[in-house]
Amino acid sequence: MDMNQYLEMFIEESKEHLQACSEHLLELEKNPQDLSVVNEIFRSAHTLKGMSATMGYEDLADLTHKMENVLDAIRNEKIHVTPEILDVVFESVDHLEAMVFDIADGGDGKRNVAETVEKLKNIESGNPVTPTQQEPKKVDTEVAATTVVASAPKLEYDDFEKTVLIQSIDQGFNAIEIAISLRADCLLKAARVYMVFDILEKSGDVIKSNPTVDKLEEEQFDQDFYVAFITKEPAEELQKKIMKVSEVDKVTVVQLSQETLKPSTTEETVQTAPSTPTLQEVNEPSQSANSSNAVISQKSETPAKAQVSEKKHASSKTIRVSIERLDILMNLFEELVIDRGRLQSISTEVNHSELTETVERMSRVMGDLQNIVLTMRMVPVETVFNRFPKMVRSLSRDLHKKINLEIIGAETELDRTVIDEIGDPLVHLIRNSLDHGIESPEVRAAKGKPEEGTVILRAYHSGNYVFIEIEDDGAGINRDKVLKKAIDKGIVTKDAALRLSDKEINELILASGFSTADQISDISGRGVGLDVVKSTIESLGGSISIESTQDVGSIFSIQLPLTLSIISVMLVEIETEIYAVPLSSIIETSIIKRSDILNAHKQKVIDFRGKIVPLIFLDEIFEVPRQQEIDDEFLSVVIVRKGDKLAGLVVDSFIGQQEIVLKSLGNYLTNIFAISGATILGNGQVALIVDCNALMK
Amino acid sequence: MTTALEQVKVIVFQLADKEYAIPVSNVQGIEKLMHITRVPKTEKYVKGVINLRGVITPIIDLRERFELPVNHNGDTARIIIITFDDKEVGFVVDSANDVMDIPVSAIEQQPEVVGTAEEEFISGVAKIENRLLILLHLEKVLNP
Repeated sequence: MDMNQYLEMFIEESKEHLQACSEHLLELEKNPQDLSVVNEIFRSAHTLKGMSATMGYEDLADLTHKMENVLDAIRNEKIHVTPEILDVVFESVDHLEAMVFDIADGGDGKRNVAETVEKLKNIESGNPVTPTQQEPKKVDTEVAATTVVASAPKLEYDDFEKTVLIQSIDQGFNAIEIAISLRADCLLKAARVYMVFDILEKSGDVIKSNPTVDKLEEEQFDQDFYVAFITKEPAEELQKKIMKVSEVDKVTVVQLSQETLKPSTTEETVQTAPSTPTLQEVNEPSQSANSSNAVISQKSETPAKAQVSEKKHASSKTIRVSIERLDILMNLFEELVIDRGRLQSISTEVNHSELTETVERMSRVMGDLQNIVLTMRMVPVETVFNRFPKMVRSLSRDLHKKINLEIIGAETELDRTVIDEIGDPLVHLIRNSLDHGIESPEVRAAKGKPEEGTVILRAYHSGNYVFIEIEDDGAGINRDKVLKKAIDKGIVTKDAALRLSDKEINELILASGFSTADQISDISGRGVGLDVVKSTIESLGGSISIESTQDVGSIFSIQLPLTLSIISVMLVEIETEIYAVPLSSIIETSIIKRSDILNAHKQKVIDFRGKIVPLIFLDEIFEVPRQQEIDDEFLSVVIVRKGDKLAGLVVDSFIGQQEIVLKSLGNYLTNIFAISGATILGNGQVALIVDCNALMK
Repeated sequence: MTTALEQVKVIVFQLADKEYAIPVSNVQGIEKLMHITRVPKTEKYVKGVINLRGVITPIIDLRERFELPVNHNGDTARIIIITFDDKEVGFVVDSANDVMDIPVSAIEQQPEVVGTAEEEFISGVAKIENRLLILLHLEKVLNP
């Protein structure tokens, strides 16, 4: 059977489970006594094992299995959690991650893990449990969802059903509960369900099923379903009959006794331990019914199962949508935005009241639609942040430093495209903080700071931006050292260096070819990193700034736009050409008198609210062909900013503010000076977007 | 090697007094002249960009590219949208005349015309009946 169609889902979910493993492992490290956390890890590992075995990735399944054995021993208090054991488990998770990524890259997920496996085995055998004893234990947890341990009923009955069942037992009927597992690769689940029910209905009456018959027919279940059944036939015979149906993997029969269906006596397992039942844990909306049966077994000493139920309660109704589809939706919406602009300009020209009204209404609806489309693409930064705790843990070990990472505002949402890009720069900045920022425990103690350094990763919304800050209470930036280095490397001249503000000096470390670490380390300090960080962030339309106080700590603050595709601009006109200036960089617009222009060296400047602001004549910069020289007394100026610096863009006239869709100029025209992209105006013509950052050095 | 039966379908267009050809496989469409937005600080032959059904498409004036005198008869002028590598570009030409099948065997590698500016952009010539078609070397036309 072709597994490719499931591969993507498998990879996604494996990553999620591995992420869950790492998170819980970190938690366990903090509270080694908390065995409920172990259960969480066990559950994730277990699901992963099931999935990978189903997909045929034996190595993956095998390593997970070994890890699971250790976890199981921990869970059953056969061995105690020690940092050494956790290290090995972390190592296994790293291996697993590598395997999953290999699979994602089209590999076969094979990897040499003999060493780790050996370590896991040692841990495992270091406890009183012998492997032979452990094997059945593993089996029973594996099938806990369907058989062995839980002799409690899998179904929950209401009073009416209980009465029916009890009366049937009174009348000499056999009341049983049947758990049926289909094979994981079963293609026609509904058909198999039908065949099973066909057999059942010939020999008795079905009282209840879980999931409900409707859902079973719609294939809204994974592999397992449960049926309460009354019959005169012996349970074994029935079991054999059902096993005849092809693609049925396992049938378990539980006898329901008179004592109002309490945990009862008989139960038989036909086949042992396939690795599939765990797939049940995949979030399916229809599973809500299942959670009720899990609640029962929660009381009956199957902790793994209890975790299942919790997870099901927590899951909200969501569906997975591929990003590609969202992108298509976004593109279509962008087309609409362009047409809306066109309609608006037509309606103002025509001046037809009904048309205007309709267009206005449409614009409002489009506004709402825009919000929804944009928020649909929003992803919590958590998806990026959640890989950091583990990274910080292993890095602090390597560096022999004590570091505590705090994450604040992980729920802050950002556009998917930004999320995809922001991961690497953040990794770099955190590495930088860990390596260069936080001092070694001895140094910290000498400075009178707590031995454990703190790195705070903070995300929050503000206006149309999202801010991500990386704060550390480390050494801060050594101003003199940075200056000296920058002058040595020729990044600034000695004269220029004297005039730099503290902030500007701090930002020198973002310049290319800069590295202050005395020793080059693996973690950071090759001097190629931070300038890449800066350029990546700027390419996303964001900015980065640094605040730092020596011996107190530093804050790296990244400002990012909420979305990249639809932005607000000010349209301006130069001769007959229309340009768009992003609103995000505009401070205000102003009309100035030509006589107010001052000359400083060769640069024309104006005195704008007490500040000297240089003027940039866009017609000169963009070489706009002029029919005739204009000599107006007044000039229209757009005051824009880049960081702390201001500049005035001189244009012919302002047209107005508009929401536009950002479009690229394509692959042929790249690196056009001071143009960051283009957009399509209401009249169908193209307007270029001015890159204010490039205009200001 | 090649047989006379092998043919290549080309779009034939006019530039000044010569006929040129581009394989159909590289042509996306032919558009009438529309408003071109000038892009500052680009090569002289880059006329600017157009809105081609929502896609911003750069436009190259082939006359400028080949350093031919400016065309004064704009009525028949067309924009031929071509794709090459991952680039999508429009060529302004005097007129787009024809779609033709030309036998591969009719293509000669060595152009007979020498000394003109467009020489370096030619990948071959084909003589069909009494017409001389100049096959463009798209990569060279696109790369500065």
